[in-house]
Amino acid sequence: MFYRETGQFKTSYAADQQIFPIRQDRIGMVLLLVAAFVVVPLIAGSYWFNAILIPFLIFALAALGLNILTGYAGQLSLGSAAFMAVGAYAAYNFQVRIEGIPVLVSFFLAGLTAAGVGIIFGLPSLRIKGFYLAVATLAAQFFIVWCLTKFPYLSNDSSSGVISVPDIAMFGYKFDTPQSRYLFVLTLVSLLALAAKNMVRSTTGRAWMAVRDMDVAAEVIGIRLMQTKLLAFAVSSFYCGVAGALYAFCYLGSVEPDGFSLDMSFKILFMIIVGGVGSILGSFLGAAFILLLPIFLDIALPWLAELVHLPFDSATVSHIQLMVFGALIMFFLIVEPHGLARLWQIGKEKLRLWPFPH
Amino acid sequence: MKVKQLVIAAALSVGLLAPVLSQAAEQFWAIPSYRVGPYGANGQSFYGGFIDYLTYVNMKGGIDGVQSAWEECETEYNNAKGVECYERMKSKAKAFPGPIHTMSTGISYALVDKTAADHLPLAMMGYGLTSAVDGSVFPWAFPLVTTYQMQASAIVKFLKDKNAGSLAGKKIVFLYHDSAYGKEPIVALEAESRLGKFDLIEIPVAHPGNEQGAQWQRIRQEKPDYVIMWGWGVMNMTALKTAQKMGFPRDHMIGSWWAGSEEDVIPAGDAAKGYMSATWNVSGTGVPLIADIQKTVYGAGKGNLSDTSKIGTILYNRGVSAAVASVEAIRTAQAKYGNGKAMDPDQVRWGLEHLNITDARLKQLGATGLLPEVKTSCDNHEGSGKVKIQQWDGAKWVVLTDWIEGNKALIHPLFKAEAAKYAKEKGITPRDCSKEK
Repeated sequence: MFYRETGQFKTSYAADQQIFPIRQDRIGMVLLLVAAFVVVPLIAGSYWFNAILIPFLIFALAALGLNILTGYAGQLSLGSAAFMAVGAYAAYNFQVRIEGIPVLVSFFLAGLTAAGVGIIFGLPSLRIKGFYLAVATLAAQFFIVWCLTKFPYLSNDSSSGVISVPDIAMFGYKFDTPQSRYLFVLTLVSLLALAAKNMVRSTTGRAWMAVRDMDVAAEVIGIRLMQTKLLAFAVSSFYCGVAGALYAFCYLGSVEPDGFSLDMSFKILFMIIVGGVGSILGSFLGAAFILLLPIFLDIALPWLAELVHLPFDSATVSHIQLMVFGALIMFFLIVEPHGLARLWQIGKEKLRLWPFPH
Repeated sequence: MKVKQLVIAAALSVGLLAPVLSQAAEQFWAIPSYRVGPYGANGQSFYGGFIDYLTYVNMKGGIDGVQSAWEECETEYNNAKGVECYERMKSKAKAFPGPIHTMSTGISYALVDKTAADHLPLAMMGYGLTSAVDGSVFPWAFPLVTTYQMQASAIVKFLKDKNAGSLAGKKIVFLYHDSAYGKEPIVALEAESRLGKFDLIEIPVAHPGNEQGAQWQRIRQEKPDYVIMWGWGVMNMTALKTAQKMGFPRDHMIGSWWAGSEEDVIPAGDAAKGYMSATWNVSGTGVPLIADIQKTVYGAGKGNLSDTSKIGTILYNRGVSAAVASVEAIRTAQAKYGNGKAMDPDQVRWGLEHLNITDARLKQLGATGLLPEVKTSCDNHEGSGKVKIQQWDGAKWVVLTDWIEGNKALIHPLFKAEAAKYAKEKGITPRDCSKEK
């Protein structure tokens, strides 16, 4: 009843091709952005910023990066955490070694560095596919972490190999409160998500999808495989690289190469699988699910246990949390193998017919 | 039936949720602990000891009448989870905090800046950011008792004493876990090798270190006099077993204090016999305090550990030592700011910075010999730098030496330099320690 496009006529191509062709979606998006940019900073406390919202946005960005590569271009990758590491260390080096460089510039350069590294590790994709490519990108995961540990230059000769990032400052303004950091991350993530959404609707995105669906056919209709695949690797690594820089600068404040482990790559991969492969929205939903559900369970379980007078200690809670989390992942994948984004889409279709489904 | 009972219990408890009682001010300890995950066994012992001591102090009337309350949050030794835990608990700790112990180098690195910004005291006892010894740059971080660098230097001193005062011309292999933890002591060992004119060969082991064939092959070729090992978790027992296989004498191997607990040697079985390690706290229930905790706390059924065989292990006693030093810091603060009161963050920080745990005080506590004397100040947040060397005789750790102090004159300037670099990168203006009272 409320979610119906009756009476919304499109009179130009531009109107027909916009990102949200339905008016209700546009209003919803504007409300969401207003909530994220205005309401949240006014009401949320520092726990919400530092432990929930900032990591959520950062991992959503990394998942978005991986989704471009795996979901849209069909190249399975297990190296996302490594590309994040490249971004983090590159941003750190630009900041430390170039006096007075604005932090945005060093983040952009860090993204480019990650993109360069991504292209190199994307080269095997020209020959191998599927699971074999996943194994090849696994090499990136191990090689990059090894490299960052091996060469002290990359961590500015820190005796422990751990980097501790400088303050984030731009034009004399210091992003030192949780709110300002949140807004900084939110702005970057929103812009990059908008760019990604437009990219996947453009020629580039359609070429990626053609390659994903059948690369021989794509080649026959004139898409250059090499450029397309390497571009996907570059863009994806750029996103991961920026996410890594944000992870180091705005979230943890200090990172070591071992922190960007294979576990983290898997986590990002699970985000897009649960959220929805080949969907921008799915990256956000997946990141929220994988990141926030454990925290929610962690807080809710002891409370529930106390309510029914069960003697839970924190170790038991962790074990139960893992089990519930695993069970929920399986539940969602059985109910909807295409991820949470698909659930949302089905919900929208149902709403359009409501209350008179045929 | 069971479900029904649960439902009834739930219904009852909702009805009976008592209003929060107004209580006297308590000292709140935020404890980001880990009891599951790859290092869960280590965390269980350490935090078991830590919490048992807090319970013990509470049962004995509190810290000069102030009771302690605490909350645990499971970090799984994971940095991101550690940060989440810290953020979750910090608002509760804002009023009257106890020092925060993460027992993880990674998490403490991530918290150094955050605790400084939030004005909460962070303790890193035997791990963490070692340059925080320089309190002028790190007012809120305390690498108490001793650091990796001082430990490495003390081990070298021990070896020197064993070799009639000189290691010149000897060959020492440094076998280390290739992470922040393993790399920290390298600068110290390099400085020692230049000073003592011995050959130092550094051999890294990639995490987790359950395969060390190549490393020990190299050690066999090099034929070193000693192997100093900086291992953690599964790497330790693998090293001991591989050394046995390669025929390297274990009584020429010395581990760091994270490579010298029962959890490391018992799984290695026979291969661990004769192996030595450094430690800043002794093991066993022979220490009166540990025996008293066992009697008082476990006697009353309030013990934290379900597996009581861990009481008196190295890591359990380390947890107790960490709690002892933290509680003493609060007592120190109380002596200045008011006995019988709960201490706020600034006062606890002052207490940590003016800690003076003498042997006489340790004796009063029943902790003689459990940990070394600790005396901190603004430029020395470490306060001791002493370790003992212990040897595994196949059934228990036998302490071989008295407290050995590392070469402070050589090592402390390294911290200063590192801290100055940190201050420059972060734009911190160091405090003037001569003005601190």
